[in-house]
Amino acid sequence: MWEYTDKVKELYTNPKNVGEISDADVVVEVGSIVCGDALTLYLKLDGDIIVDAKFKTFGCGSAIASSSALTEMIKGKTIEEASMITNKDIVDFLGGLPDQKMHCSVMGQEALEKAIKKIKGETIEDEHEDEGAVICQCFGVTENVIRRVIRENNLTTVEDVTNYTKAGGACGSCIPKIEDILKEELASVVAQPAATTMKPMSNIKRMQLVEETIHNVIRPVLMRDGGDIDLVDIEGKKVYVALRGHCAHCVVSDVTMKNLVEDTLKEFVENDIEVIEVK
Amino acid sequence: MHNTIIYLDNNATTMVAPEVLEAMLPFFTRRYGNPSSMHDFGGDVEHDVEKARNQVARMLGAEYDYEIVFTSGATESDNMAILGTLQYYRDKKHIITTKVEHPAVLNLCRQLEREGYSVTYVPVDREGNLDVDFLFDSVSDDTAIVSVMYANNETGVLFPVETIGAFCKQRGITFHIDAVQAIGKIPVDVNALQCDLLAISGHKFHAPKGIGVLYVRRGTRLRPLLYGGHQEKARRPGTHNVPGIVGIGTAADLVMKHLSNSEEVANVKRLRDRLENGLLSQLSNAHLNGNKNKRVDNTTNVGFEFIEGEAILLYLNEKGIAASSGSACSSGSLEPSHVLRAMGVPFTSAHGSIRFSLSRYTTEDEIQYTLQVMPEVVNRLLAISPYWDARNKKGKSMTQLAH
Repeated sequence: MWEYTDKVKELYTNPKNVGEISDADVVVEVGSIVCGDALTLYLKLDGDIIVDAKFKTFGCGSAIASSSALTEMIKGKTIEEASMITNKDIVDFLGGLPDQKMHCSVMGQEALEKAIKKIKGETIEDEHEDEGAVICQCFGVTENVIRRVIRENNLTTVEDVTNYTKAGGACGSCIPKIEDILKEELASVVAQPAATTMKPMSNIKRMQLVEETIHNVIRPVLMRDGGDIDLVDIEGKKVYVALRGHCAHCVVSDVTMKNLVEDTLKEFVENDIEVIEVK
Repeated sequence: MHNTIIYLDNNATTMVAPEVLEAMLPFFTRRYGNPSSMHDFGGDVEHDVEKARNQVARMLGAEYDYEIVFTSGATESDNMAILGTLQYYRDKKHIITTKVEHPAVLNLCRQLEREGYSVTYVPVDREGNLDVDFLFDSVSDDTAIVSVMYANNETGVLFPVETIGAFCKQRGITFHIDAVQAIGKIPVDVNALQCDLLAISGHKFHAPKGIGVLYVRRGTRLRPLLYGGHQEKARRPGTHNVPGIVGIGTAADLVMKHLSNSEEVANVKRLRDRLENGLLSQLSNAHLNGNKNKRVDNTTNVGFEFIEGEAILLYLNEKGIAASSGSACSSGSLEPSHVLRAMGVPFTSAHGSIRFSLSRYTTEDEIQYTLQVMPEVVNRLLAISPYWDARNKKGKSMTQLAH
């Protein structure tokens, strides 16, 4: 039995925005019945504002909940604002998804991305051409999708990639290719901080890097355990943060601070960063 | 969650029968002795273990009580049967089994392939019937064991194990039957089946979890999996799970009682058929998976096109009904069940397949309620499905959807 959050349960039991929009400005389909999940997204626009969003989904509970969450999140937003939404935001909105169900949130993001491309008039006649070579033939997952999802979610294993994109989840013949892509992506992540520590850093650059690292690396780890982190202030090389959610009451929050937050910032920003917790 | 659960997932596990629980209880409290001990406090318990062995032997039609070996469950029994045989016939490197076996056999065979064995997986047809000729043609001098299930856990379809048993006997090949889903539902007689080995699991027929049996015909060549004490004639060492053994013995008695009560047997089938016919006639996107005639009486596997199985189960769960699905999502894998795929059930409905499995405790009211709830659940999901044309009340054409 899956450990679904109350939000996920609420949204698959009573999904919001189910249906079609007869005079929709954009209709896009992603997934397929063969793959086991599919989403059709309908958007109604007023200028560049999404005034209505509806969906129809073939899929499991978390696919229905992810679709419903997506429509809730984009209603009332401008296209520009909507285009910033990632699969992680959908997961956050749902209060988390089981690892093996992450691909449901990715399907939501894919539909949104496709819709926005269509609005902007970009050609998506052959989406696979557009997104690079198909790596996983079973589920039709392209190289670009795999690379993007690895980067945005800091994935490190083939299992992660399968959970998020389904790639490699059927016959498994593409697993060596996924391993190669992972190696390349991980190498580029490691290369970045090394390059930045070489030269003296400006305050602005440091603040920017601290923010990015917290957002992209530290927060996702904490969220997995139901926690979160706020950046309170940066003073020179002193970084003031506050732990939120589960982390705030966690008995090992000191360990979290030291091992996760400070070490990660040292690795990605500068090796003499000091982290101070604000309660 | 509902207070009362309507339990239609008896192929997954069953309720411990009240009589079984009653029989087991003293062995947790007053009578906790070890049957191997040299004192009456323990030694007396051995009589109860032997009584249970006799009860199971009678249920299976075994000639000798010592042909019954108590194990921890069917996974162990299946592993012991196959590995124990291979250990004995070390020069034989070929195994024959089917594409639709339980993972206890299938994943063991996959591992053996990695270790250098060759395995033939016999296919099934669209209705789940085994291609017996294919099996016969696959046999060679190198074949150490043939391992075939009696009834399939997902569809309930029965395999012609008697025919295979006669063939194997004539060819002198060890024949193992995984009878987990047959026991308690149809009479299982090891002499009619002519098998050398046969695995059953207690919790599938109202005994507790953690107790199983491997039937080992007298004279069958088998090496033990485990080494330790002298228990079970050293074929399966380890202190006896006395409460479990007493439980499976009592459950075996209840099986014999149930199967000799033709009215009770007919009732399970009647309720299953009522559920199945009700679903198939009320819901236009529903169709049966598996051979309608050659199957156990408690199981029905219905595919619902255009909707997904896990979502159906979650909605049923809200209504207090427990069933199971061959969909990818519900199992945590990404592909629908290997059984439905081996049968060639199209993915369009394999993802929406639901298995209802009844027991002798299932009631008319429970089936009635399920028949009320299911159309509501299915229609709710059809309303969400992009593949359902609500206006014309039919599925959208697949060519239109393929891309």
